[in-house]
Amino acid sequence: MNAGLSLEQAPPLSVPLRFFLSAPLFGLAAAGLLLWLGPDVLASRWSVGALALSHLLVLGVLAMVMCGALLQMLPVLAGVRVTRPRLVGGLCHGLLVLGTLSLAAGFLGVGQDGFRVAVVLLGLGLGGFLAVMGFGLARAPHLQDSVRGMRWALLGLALTVGLGLSLGLGHSGLGLPLLRWPLTDLHLAWGLLGWIATLVAVVAWQLVPMFQMTPPYPPRLRRWLAAGMFALLGWHSLAVLRGWPLAQLPALLLAAALAIFALITLRLLAQRRRKVGDTSLYFWRLGMAGLLLAAAIGAASRLAPPAVAASLALAATLLFLLGFALSVVNGMLYKIVPFLVWLHLQQRLATRIEVRHRIVLPNMKSILPEPRSRQQFYLHLAALAVLLAAVLLPALLRPAAVMWLADFALLGLNLLSATRRYGTECRRIDHFP
Amino acid sequence: MLTDFLTADHRVCDGLFAKAENAANDGDRDAARAAYAEFEAAMAQHLSIEESVLFPEFEARSGMAGGPTAVMRMEHEQIRAMMAQMRQALESGELDDFLGFGETLNILIQQHNMKEEQMLYPMCDRALADRAEALLERMQAH
Ligand SMILES: [Fe+2]
Repeated sequence: MNAGLSLEQAPPLSVPLRFFLSAPLFGLAAAGLLLWLGPDVLASRWSVGALALSHLLVLGVLAMVMCGALLQMLPVLAGVRVTRPRLVGGLCHGLLVLGTLSLAAGFLGVGQDGFRVAVVLLGLGLGGFLAVMGFGLARAPHLQDSVRGMRWALLGLALTVGLGLSLGLGHSGLGLPLLRWPLTDLHLAWGLLGWIATLVAVVAWQLVPMFQMTPPYPPRLRRWLAAGMFALLGWHSLAVLRGWPLAQLPALLLAAALAIFALITLRLLAQRRRKVGDTSLYFWRLGMAGLLLAAAIGAASRLAPPAVAASLALAATLLFLLGFALSVVNGMLYKIVPFLVWLHLQQRLATRIEVRHRIVLPNMKSILPEPRSRQQFYLHLAALAVLLAAVLLPALLRPAAVMWLADFALLGLNLLSATRRYGTECRRIDHFP
Repeated sequence: MLTDFLTADHRVCDGLFAKAENAANDGDRDAARAAYAEFEAAMAQHLSIEESVLFPEFEARSGMAGGPTAVMRMEHEQIRAMMAQMRQALESGELDDFLGFGETLNILIQQHNMKEEQMLYPMCDRALADRAEALLERMQAH
């Protein structure tokens, strides 16, 4: 019984931080691409520009932060032991960065070579990440709801990556037929719902009650949400592939499940015992409101006449990715980065026994001051509103792109200033008389 | 059984922490001072129960003196140091610092509690099943 080893504290700071600091850069690349391509990009979700953009955002920003956070948190959250974290983290990060760039280049006209390189790099990077995490979770000492939920989320990622790789092989011209439709449809559904939404739900029911001191999520939701969503996604997949009857029903039920999760989270946040509000809480509330709207508009798009259905589906996708997923990721970063900086400073201080009682470390709120993160929150909210308006008024698209550039730049600067504070405090500890 | 008792104690401490934090957030120094003293006492009691009753029993039974309990003891020291900084901020009237240290302390305590509630306490329940009742009495009397 060696489960005790998993109680050890965090992997080196550089492991998660390289993921967290890369994410705003990919956000800047995506926003820059939006500015460059202009309104044409919204003409279809399947245009090459839209595909390059969405993969820069989903792989370069969302998956980037999620992988870094999971490498950091799974040892604490689920007793998973990651061996050689520096090597695993470094390889996974490097492959994800280069693979995402090649994929975007492939969509933007580099052609088959871009896709070939992307398939190899992303297959190795995400496949390796899945193998390490899956192996760790399979041996996790206790089977709590969070471990069970996390397994579903990783399975969702595995299916998404599998479908993505087969699409990528089709684009590579290696003799495989490109089954663009229906595989793209399934790739999108499993990626958004089986991976992103499931992971956020699992993380939420673990972290929201802890950090905000709310009542716990209903046990039945924790027990059945992930499994239920997977059953519905399976039904949806068969409806798409085999022409099963009632094709719209699983999509509508999935929207209902996500709306229920969002409403429950908002209600729990209203019941929290801590009254101190912070930027992270603002982002979580915005994220849940975004999910609720995305579910409602997504459901409406299934029932609407074709003339408006495409615009509704686009608005729902934007709300899901930027209003929901990116907001929650922002909220997580503003808690996890200052805390990790503090934790690693604390560990460094502990090694200087003779002076450790004379140095007072900065607390989280002075490592990343609240007014700075608050500013970025309002910018994020405004950028989201203008982008949604651009679905109806394409002239607003370029102004929206500029606002997203500013949003990601400010996020990056905020995270960078916390990192630099770490450097200066390390020097202060090392050179303290 | 041990898990239930100690987990409930965590929630009591959480409530007292929130009370002190909320009072400081309202700018009410006197209420913050009173609530924080209550929180400090409850935490000190909880940490001491673990360190002088639960951990020694578990270490003796499992033969793992350098294992999980050593990590938990180290985190207890971090928690105590942070609580002392909060007290200092409160006594010098720096409510913003008090809240900043409080946010850090809350994350520190919550991730520590999670490790205990989900891993260490269940391990103790299994390892010490035959004497859980006697242990529980000692903890309550501590
Ligand atoms: Fe403890």
